[in-house]
Amino acid sequence: MDVLDIAIALIKIVVMFVVVLLTVAELVYTERKISAWIQNRVGPNRVGWLGLLQPYADVVKLLLKEDIVPAAANRFIHTLAPVISIGVAFSTLAVIPIAGPTITLFGRTVHMVIADVNVGILYVLALTSMGVYGLTLSGWASNNKYSLLGGLRSAAQMISYELSMGLSLIGVIMITGSLQLTDIVHHQHGWMWNLVLQPVGFITFLVASFAETNRAPFDLPEAEPELVGGYHTEYSSFKFALFFLAEYANMITSSAVITTLYLGGWQVPYLETFGLSDGWMVLVQILAFMLKVAFLLFFFQWVRWSVPRFRYDQLMNLGWKVMLPLAIANIVLTGALLLFL
Amino acid sequence: MTFETILFYVLALAGIVSALLVITRRNPMHAALFLIVNFVALAGIYLTLHAQFVAITQVLVYAGAIMVLVLFVIMLLNLQNEQDLFEKRSWRSYSGPILSLLLLALLLRTVAFVSGGSFDRISPESERIGTVANIGQQLFTAFVFPFEMASLLLLAAMVGAVILAKKRFP
Repeated sequence: MDVLDIAIALIKIVVMFVVVLLTVAELVYTERKISAWIQNRVGPNRVGWLGLLQPYADVVKLLLKEDIVPAAANRFIHTLAPVISIGVAFSTLAVIPIAGPTITLFGRTVHMVIADVNVGILYVLALTSMGVYGLTLSGWASNNKYSLLGGLRSAAQMISYELSMGLSLIGVIMITGSLQLTDIVHHQHGWMWNLVLQPVGFITFLVASFAETNRAPFDLPEAEPELVGGYHTEYSSFKFALFFLAEYANMITSSAVITTLYLGGWQVPYLETFGLSDGWMVLVQILAFMLKVAFLLFFFQWVRWSVPRFRYDQLMNLGWKVMLPLAIANIVLTGALLLFL
Repeated sequence: MTFETILFYVLALAGIVSALLVITRRNPMHAALFLIVNFVALAGIYLTLHAQFVAITQVLVYAGAIMVLVLFVIMLLNLQNEQDLFEKRSWRSYSGPILSLLLLALLLRTVAFVSGGSFDRISPESERIGTVANIGQQLFTAFVFPFEMASLLLLAAMVGAVILAKKRFP
């Protein structure tokens, strides 16, 4: 471990960070455009070509606004909460592999993943469980009943769905026999994606991801008709922008995790038959990975503008009485199939 | 001094300071938050000992799940008169320090007995012991009976919770 290794790791982190930030900006744009198309409107089309610069205008607007902290709020925790949200959303990406072969830079072999930990999946789950704090603390620190209700809802919702999320992952772990994300991707060679091998697990994981990211139809922590703005009612200016950023960064993170676990990660079927060099392989695989993530992001937005929000009791019923038994049944079925086939 | 030793001292300092803050803060919310910091620092120390599984479980279960419930309870109770909690002198406030001192003596005795003063090297065996594969293997072979007993205990607790939470018996 010398300076060059540290420099390479830093470059990887910075590149990942910048790519995600830029993607978030364009995600806000596509969200508005997709919602417009679905609702038969035009959507943003004034700032820049086809309105493409609209998100940047929004960011500038948010930053120029006054930062208001309620008088009775707990100032420290009020500021800490959005930082936790954004930190958790970004750190998960550290273990996601984006391409298979290694490339050589300055005489070093560079792996296409920031940190290849051997407890990769557990790391993802641990960070997801830390993500609850951002919303819960923001709700409590604002000293506002709507914020508190939103924060409490988010805590209850995320804990409930974490269970089915963790249990649906076990099927994947059983098939692969490893917790390391690079192993899981290598195991999904060709068309043997976990989507094909674990259809039930994929559905429960996808639904749980929606709940974990607080996206519609599970966006109860910020349900406008009942809670004004939910946990971020009392947030303005840059802190509000951070929550906004965290929501979209969370979407990217979950899409990347779903891609890695169920959609074969960077795997492109029959790619090795073309006899490409490692450099080209890496490029094609990164593109494939990004395409899969982009499709999932579109799916997230498509669902948001097509499905109405659940009622709170429906959400809990779905989580505990449908998703949890399904995930457990999936484990039993996978175990039986692995044993007898 | 190796990188790992520096890391150990940083994490240990973070752990001790946050633990002190947990017991000195008057605001229960702040105390709970510092407890989370303490858990994360502990998880870091486990990582320097090559115990990845224990470290991740520490974050996942203690920092991620149990502390959320603690915060939940603090938020719902909305303690207004937390000063009163400090005024009361019961047998609890005296037994706590005594028990902690006894525990400290026990820990110091154990540390002195095992290491003989040196603690800055890690056994090479630890890299093999701490992996998920090894822990799973041990749990389902050598320690399968205590493991199943623990799961029975958890099941009993779960049944109890369901019965307590039920509004009326059919």
